[in-house]
Amino acid sequence: MSEVATTLRPASPAEVQEAVRTYAKLLPRGGGTKTALSTPQGQTVLDLSGLSGVLEYDPGEYVFVAQAGTRLAEIQAMLAQHGQYLPFDPPLAEAGATLGGTVAAGLSGPMRQRYGGVRDFILGVRLVDGEGRLVRGGGKVVKNAAGFDLPKLMVGSLGRLGVLVEVAFKVFPFPRATATLKVEFGSLEGALEALYRLSGSPLEFYALDLEPNPRATLTLRIGGLPEALPARLARLRQFLGHPPEECLEGQAEREYWAWVNRLDWGGGYLLKVPVQPSKIAALEARLGPGMRRYLAAGNLLYLNWSDPLAKLDALLKSLGLPGLVLRGSLESPLIGVDWSQAFGARVRAALDPLGRFSP
Amino acid sequence: MRHPPVEKASFLAELSQIFPKDRRLDQAAQLSPYESDALTAFRARPLAVVLPESGEEVIRAVRLCAKHRVPFVARGSGTSLSGGSLPIPGGLVIGLNRMNRLLKLDPKERIAVVEPGFINLNVSKAAEPHGLYYAPDPSSQPVSTIGGNLAFNSGGAHCLKYGMTSNHVLGAKVVLPEGEVVELGGESLEGVGPDWLGLFVGSEGLLGIAFEITLRLLPRPERYHTVLAAYRSLEQAGEAVAAVVASGLLPGAMEIMDSLAIEAAEAAVQAGYPKGARALLIVELEGETPEVEAEARELARVIEASGAYEVRLAQSAEERLKIWKGRKAAFSAVGRLSPDYIVQDGVVPRGKLGQALFEIERLSEAYGLRVANVFHAGDGNLHPLVLYDGKRPGELERAEALAGEILRLCIRLGGSITGEHGVGMEKRQYLGEMFGEDDLEAMRRIRRALDPDELSNRGKMFPGADAPALKLHGAHPLERAGVISRE
Repeated sequence: MSEVATTLRPASPAEVQEAVRTYAKLLPRGGGTKTALSTPQGQTVLDLSGLSGVLEYDPGEYVFVAQAGTRLAEIQAMLAQHGQYLPFDPPLAEAGATLGGTVAAGLSGPMRQRYGGVRDFILGVRLVDGEGRLVRGGGKVVKNAAGFDLPKLMVGSLGRLGVLVEVAFKVFPFPRATATLKVEFGSLEGALEALYRLSGSPLEFYALDLEPNPRATLTLRIGGLPEALPARLARLRQFLGHPPEECLEGQAEREYWAWVNRLDWGGGYLLKVPVQPSKIAALEARLGPGMRRYLAAGNLLYLNWSDPLAKLDALLKSLGLPGLVLRGSLESPLIGVDWSQAFGARVRAALDPLGRFSP
Repeated sequence: MRHPPVEKASFLAELSQIFPKDRRLDQAAQLSPYESDALTAFRARPLAVVLPESGEEVIRAVRLCAKHRVPFVARGSGTSLSGGSLPIPGGLVIGLNRMNRLLKLDPKERIAVVEPGFINLNVSKAAEPHGLYYAPDPSSQPVSTIGGNLAFNSGGAHCLKYGMTSNHVLGAKVVLPEGEVVELGGESLEGVGPDWLGLFVGSEGLLGIAFEITLRLLPRPERYHTVLAAYRSLEQAGEAVAAVVASGLLPGAMEIMDSLAIEAAEAAVQAGYPKGARALLIVELEGETPEVEAEARELARVIEASGAYEVRLAQSAEERLKIWKGRKAAFSAVGRLSPDYIVQDGVVPRGKLGQALFEIERLSEAYGLRVANVFHAGDGNLHPLVLYDGKRPGELERAEALAGEILRLCIRLGGSITGEHGVGMEKRQYLGEMFGEDDLEAMRRIRRALDPDELSNRGKMFPGADAPALKLHGAHPLERAGVISRE
């Protein structure tokens, strides 16, 4: 990009409305940690870091409301003071990712295994639609079925349906004790077989991750009351047939998971690929070496890719998978199978009739 | 919005080319069972009812409706408590009960694909041999269908920990109101691009009909620990819930019943609840055995300190089921205490439960009507049951007014007018009190973008001008003309 894009930094929802009414093409940006989604291609950038701060938080309600530009790290620190956490475990918090950017990109991390992803914990939104109206959807109680579920609609919307200005989330108590077991397998097949057995068992995991390279490894995180943890680890080892493993606890464990959620795997493209365990073997047969990690028992792949993107696009298409580029490209971030259809086109036209948020 | 009149004869003639006589009902006697759902205060006479046996037939029915601009509503078992599946007067009812096949059960991938008429409880029954179950458990689950659960985002007693229907539907094949067919979601827990499926689930039948639904199954918990605690006051039970939450435990369910609800449940199913209780609290832990055992000890300390005068632990699966049987039967059981009742469904922040119950008691006295309370205390979801006698002049109207005041109370306390029953017919005018005009207008624009003629479940969810539809208060012109009636 040779031209310098205009950047606006609104300080209130009203200023966001004003900007939307004024500029023909806008790209909302939070922390800018997912450069493939937040680098302008001629649009005016709407930098939402000025819309920051927690508006409501009552630990007894398991709910908080915050402005969309609030950084995840700030939220995590606030929740931790009350023994709570974001159960969908969003990545890139340390790098400065915001609540709004996380919702718009639709990103969850390893601990989504236990209770669900960002879509399962978002309760309410306020957004500015493509005509500058301030629209509220959902609520700020943990259970609500009134009106269309606009909060879920905004998950993964990439800023193309409206500009998020406020979000409400459900949170949970963090387990009082956790432990992580890293188990190596002789083959991908062996690791996948164990993944199936574990995820279909009544054993409960805060994370159930598969790393195919350099050696197929399952990383299992359990949590709960400290007095039950030794017995549960013993049962888990027995369930797995006492394979060689490494057990992480305390500071080392926390640092390990912080490293995972940095998704800091060097150069190349960083992608999110929604997947199912049944497709992993076929995918692995064609992906070759490189850093990647399957989260949530084989449902969510974060992938580092160094070859041309077109090659990965074709590969994903052949397996019927979509993909989202988070870093490394300024082309369209959506690759693999096309996710657009009549339903989406009509909803988009309803919320952004002038196409202000379309690239 | 004004809607053009329907050319009945040509519509019915074309309908008969799709549906044979035994699956196409248009005589008064055939239609009457379809005139209302579980919100029996409302009745409406449809033009016809069809009973498709395949997705293809659902699509053809919707396309025919679009061609003739005939409004339609999909109906499962008709258990909606908000009047969500009430027929549109003169419209088509698409009854989905015959579409009750399990299309696929993949225990390894932990998914089930069902037709919309498949019964909720049957999903768990089919999954049980594989150690799996389907988590959402509305009290209606032995009868209600997955299609209806999806349309209204049904909840249940175990929502705090694992969410509502929306959190357990992975994908759906949908026919949109103008007849296009789309696939929303898929088989993965994750997706890219806007969560279209998330918008569709809970859209109350206004955005189309799902004819094939992919559900996520969970491993059955290894151990349940179910505690029943009896209190001398509702406040004590409410404080116990707050204490459990403060302890950091995350029970699968926390339920409270008040004395009137207890009386009803006892009369109906002889649950054997402690005598003389002003409030009962049910707390259920679930999970891995060593963890549940440790949590049970912690829970015992919390409950002991909460002032319960009797505490029972379910010692067997049978005892657990008995505790739940009384709770789940409470709605229908209230029918033994009163000839008529309204089941209300509102949500308040958990910390305001005590205030909400106090206000409800005050309203109950002011209106001279008894209110029984059953609620999902863990998520602040109230189910006040307003008892009345429809044969006494004015009592239905008073009951409706009281129920409406309770909803306004929920809004005032920062909650919602529905936690799990949906807005449907019953709460249309309150949606406009919970949301502003710009909020509703955005939702209307989405609806009209998908359904310009407002055919799909016309008259539901949105307040006001979406008519023709029933009015809650006073006789509707159609009612006076004998087209629709309410009991």
